[in-house]
Amino acid sequence: MAELPPFQTLIDEHATEVMAVLRGAVGRDGAEDAFQETFLAALRAYPSLRDADNLRGWLVTIAHRKAIDHHRARGRAPVPVSAVREEAVFDPDPADGEVWRSVAMLPPKQRAAVTLRFASDLPHEEIAAALGCSPEAARRSLHEGLKRLRKELA
Amino acid sequence: MTATMDKSLERLRERAAAEGLLDVAYATADSPFGTLLLARTPQGLVRLGLPSEDVEATLADLASRISPRLLEAPAQLDEERRELEDYFEGRRQEFDLAIDWQLSHGFLLRARRGIAAIPYGETRTYTDLARQAGNERAVRAAGSACSRNPIPLVVPCHRVVRSDGTPGLYAGGVEMKKRLLAMESQDE
Repeated sequence: MAELPPFQTLIDEHATEVMAVLRGAVGRDGAEDAFQETFLAALRAYPSLRDADNLRGWLVTIAHRKAIDHHRARGRAPVPVSAVREEAVFDPDPADGEVWRSVAMLPPKQRAAVTLRFASDLPHEEIAAALGCSPEAARRSLHEGLKRLRKELA
Repeated sequence: MTATMDKSLERLRERAAAEGLLDVAYATADSPFGTLLLARTPQGLVRLGLPSEDVEATLADLASRISPRLLEAPAQLDEERRELEDYFEGRRQEFDLAIDWQLSHGFLLRARRGIAAIPYGETRTYTDLARQAGNERAVRAAGSACSRNPIPLVVPCHRVVRSDGTPGLYAGGVEMKKRLLAMESQDE
């Protein structure tokens, strides 16, 4: 059985990155809750974790699951139309890379599709399920998101 | 770390404690001898690391012996830090803290409970301690009850000295033991 390091080590080493991933995946407003849920779930499961080799990967995986939960919950909730086009918030946290900053500025659906595809490596069907739309719509959001990113990062 | 992240982590520590997921909370505290490490479980103070001890090694040891759910959470140790500060300032002679004895067993546990009862300003010999813990001949074991005491200062093993009146060894260094005994004997 692997010796697990003190949980504080995981926070010191990976909290900033987990927050950046979540801001990309669910936007700044949802990221705080998702961050809490991610680390509480990790704490709950930590003592029975069998493999301490890739703690970063383990945390990021939990973060992606919490991001999906967040989108599912929102998908079920009645969302006013104006909220879909809500202004993306520019977040000047220097810990976020340039790419994450650009991703964070995408409209919500595109932002979610891009993160779920590339950070979580989800197939289109699962992105569609997470976003509560058809696979075609998910593909379209991803395509539009990538187009915008290319233009901004060019 | 950014201020936003600090707030998120503060919230996380509070929620972890409220949901029973904070098995070991730790914090550092200043002292005239250097930085102390304090660790507690929901039952009480479980470990006090002297300046001479390696912090990383102590935390890794607590993670494996108690629980890896170990977080730096200073707010959980406010009372411990306050009482230690008062002690070093000469305002307090007795600690009024819950103790978690889980790192001590058998003879060592009995001996350490005996140490905890030695009043401020007094000393006992290793032989006294062995006798009181139920085995007069276990003087060496009484020595380990002191030298490997997980909660020095609060369980005042510096008050256990040699039969010839010399201080004997101390995990934090003989000099620290002498200064503690001098500080305690000066009082009124």
